Amino acid sequence: MGEHASRRRFLECMGWAGTGLVWTVSGGIADASLLGAAQAAPKSKPIVTPFTFVQVSDSHIGFNKDPNPDARTTFREAVARINAMPHKPAFILHTGDVSQLSKPAEFDDADQILKETGVEVFHVPGEHDMLDEGQGRAFLDRYGRGTLGDGWRSFDHNGVHFVGLVNVKDLKAGGMGHLGEAQLDWLKEDLAPLSASTPIVVYTHIPLWTIYADWGWGTDDSAQALGLMKRFGSVTVLNGHIHQIIQKTEGNITFQTARSTAFPQPAPGQGPAPGPLKVPAGQLRDMLGIRTLKVAPGAHPLALADSALA
Amino acid sequence: MSYSYLRGGLAVAAFTLALNAATAAPAAETAKVVIGNFTFGPVALTVKPGTTVTWLNGDDIPHTVVADDKKAFRSKVLDSGDSFSFTFTTPGTFAYFCSIHPHMTGKVIVKAS
Repeated sequence: MGEHASRRRFLECMGWAGTGLVWTVSGGIADASLLGAAQAAPKSKPIVTPFTFVQVSDSHIGFNKDPNPDARTTFREAVARINAMPHKPAFILHTGDVSQLSKPAEFDDADQILKETGVEVFHVPGEHDMLDEGQGRAFLDRYGRGTLGDGWRSFDHNGVHFVGLVNVKDLKAGGMGHLGEAQLDWLKEDLAPLSASTPIVVYTHIPLWTIYADWGWGTDDSAQALGLMKRFGSVTVLNGHIHQIIQKTEGNITFQTARSTAFPQPAPGQGPAPGPLKVPAGQLRDMLGIRTLKVAPGAHPLALADSALA
Repeated sequence: MSYSYLRGGLAVAAFTLALNAATAAPAAETAKVVIGNFTFGPVALTVKPGTTVTWLNGDDIPHTVVADDKKAFRSKVLDSGDSFSFTFTTPGTFAYFCSIHPHMTGKVIVKAS
């Protein structure tokens, strides 16, 4: 990582001083400024400094059927991976479906296991976390501190702007994931003051691009959210829900769906339904895993590594 | 875990008994919808007013049964083997969906024959 980071730092700092202009590439946005004026950058311009964070997803605590007799066991293994990292991550993003049925005991067990990391965890809910009587109230009571509306939030870390979006609330018949007007209004205000060179990381449960509409693998009103992000040089969208790694790049936006720690699901459209993929016990852990993201200054500030539990 | 399977098993057994009773006495105002492979079967069900419709989750993932207007009827979450019943008293078409997997839709058509 040291070498990698040094190279990025060199790229960021390279300048052509002969003309009196200094070029910097930050968050995918090239920027020229006059020598001497570099320190007078606008306040909102980010200074990205290196750090690492982790994404876990779809722990489905309480799931106990083929192909995984106890999703707690594999979630513990995922957490052991995090604990074994040479440096503690700055924080963990859990991209939803903490629980299988939104039962208090399921949330309790998930929290107990995650607590072993000693690292702060930011949650967004999955549809399995909205199954209590209050239709998500239990999740919000537990994980919603510091959030707005149905649980969305943003925060900044070392020059990167993180946005947690909720797209599993009040889903409509025949539809897919849904963000809703109130959240989109908030998002517009949240992003407005940011410099285009601010690296953006969005984390949510259901994909923000339509992977397979027949199975509901998309978000109905995501185009409005993505439209607000087009001006940024580096946008990374992390999600779960489909229990497999699929990536796509569209302009400056990179979409990254993550593995579950509980069970795999079929590739889009492969088979009659998106239920748990029945795989032999010996193959299960090849298809489960966690994701590590390293941030460093430069044109492409996020480096992503998926690792399987096997 | 064993409790969950036992409960599911009992629900299936009870449901089978109910079906047998329905078969033996065609006048009984009951009907069934079985959820399998993320699909309501049948997708469209026609019944007489006063019919009690029972949905059985035969899938290995939880589902719900929620009226499109989210008011007429709404089940709790149905784990594998769980069922939910609702009696339709007034004629009309009642569209519903699974609130966890909203691409799953169905309807109950209530009309006097």
